[in-house]
Amino acid sequence: MKKTALHPEHVRLQAKLVEFAGYEMPIQYTSIKEEHHAVRQKAGVFDVSHMGELHVYGKEATEFLDHVYTNNIQSMTAKQIVYGFLCMESGGVVDDLLIYKVNDQSYLLVVNAANKDKDFEWLNKQNTFDAAVVDASDDYSEVALQGPQAEAVLQTRIQADLSALRPFTFDYFDVEGEEFLISRTGYTGEDGFEIYGDHKPVRRLFAGLIERDGVTPCGLGARDTLRFEAALPLYGHEISEEITPIEAGYGFAVDFKKPSFKGREALLAQKEGGLTRRVVGLELEGKGIPREGYPVEKDGETIGHITSGYLSPTLGRPIALALIQRPFTKRKTEVSVRIRRRTVPATVRNKKFLSHRKTN
Amino acid sequence: MKVPKNLYYTETHEWVRVENSHAYIGITDYAQDSLGEIVFVELPEESDQLSKGSEFGAIESVKAASDLLSPVSGVVVAINEDLEDAPESLNEDPYENWIVKVELEDESELEDLKSAGEYESLIEE
Repeated sequence: MKKTALHPEHVRLQAKLVEFAGYEMPIQYTSIKEEHHAVRQKAGVFDVSHMGELHVYGKEATEFLDHVYTNNIQSMTAKQIVYGFLCMESGGVVDDLLIYKVNDQSYLLVVNAANKDKDFEWLNKQNTFDAAVVDASDDYSEVALQGPQAEAVLQTRIQADLSALRPFTFDYFDVEGEEFLISRTGYTGEDGFEIYGDHKPVRRLFAGLIERDGVTPCGLGARDTLRFEAALPLYGHEISEEITPIEAGYGFAVDFKKPSFKGREALLAQKEGGLTRRVVGLELEGKGIPREGYPVEKDGETIGHITSGYLSPTLGRPIALALIQRPFTKRKTEVSVRIRRRTVPATVRNKKFLSHRKTN
Repeated sequence: MKVPKNLYYTETHEWVRVENSHAYIGITDYAQDSLGEIVFVELPEESDQLSKGSEFGAIESVKAASDLLSPVSGVVVAINEDLEDAPESLNEDPYENWIVKVELEDESELEDLKSAGEYESLIEE
């Protein structure tokens, strides 16, 4: 099993370790709930060094990425970041990822660890352009510092004004003598940063944030409950090779103004009325926790399944994301979720579980 | 990891405490530690008939659901309703906080269960 450069810190902190995408990663340090609340209320730091980093560069790097990516690359400015998808011709998703624009001929793609090798192959297969793809994953360590206090905490280590770094932009910062790439992005629904650098400096920063600044170390368990409450998709759950971005409700990251890109026709057909199913929010009315794969029913008939579900740590209520057939996707439709031998009533709702809060 | 001597154990990490012809059933310290914070317990109903090896409820942590498998056969004579409001008590003291009390149907089934020593070697593997 692979280990990140921060692995010795996880061991020192006595994290509970699990296998994830070929890496031995912390699922939790003390408690998923406590780590979750720390990010919602203060600040938490995650080792996300398992994420893949692919460099795409060359004279036609922009054209190449616009060909394979659902969102618009041409209109990006340097140091901007755009979220989107690599789709197949069917509209199914190869991966969801952030693209960081360094300049017109150089981009950084941050991809899911479990999909990295598949993405690399896919990109190379589509590459008929004057551009090259390089897997630089082993050159980077990465931590995510997330929560309402993230900026204040990180600012104490940086001379430059961090408040000038807008959401979905990045820059290079000197942090106590080391250079890091820092973006104002995250996967929690809170303000925060993703910080990339060489292995040793990132490890020192991770340890320092915890030891000196009192930031809570957070594992993959809290990472999932946080992204779930913010209705951010997880590959293999809300989106997959079988579930398109339109079905999942992330059409904002598909730019149909682009005349062509991989998957455009299938996605456009869905957008223009061909949708048979969609990912919605569910609020359970009874006791029980909806888990991935549990059937969603209407009058005894299966109409879909749960893609992610939890007893929401922030709300204290069972909520879920579910892929269900139209027309049951309409808000306030009463459905039920089969939880083992029981059926628990549930109501279709929007995905803005944290609607009273500001999210990224 | 605590493994009290006076209990019977299963490979699926339940424990059984026998008092007269009744069996109290709970989950082990190892089970609660592996599950993490327990946030919900699905209990059977009183007078449900349990059969050895079959599912009779579930323990849910933040992350996942895990079936409860009955170590013995018998009728449920009591359920620990406190767990509905305080499921986390299974993390705090898994041996004090039993889940169900069953009237034993066949005491010879106890012979198939593991002793404390056997269970300790199982969880050390």
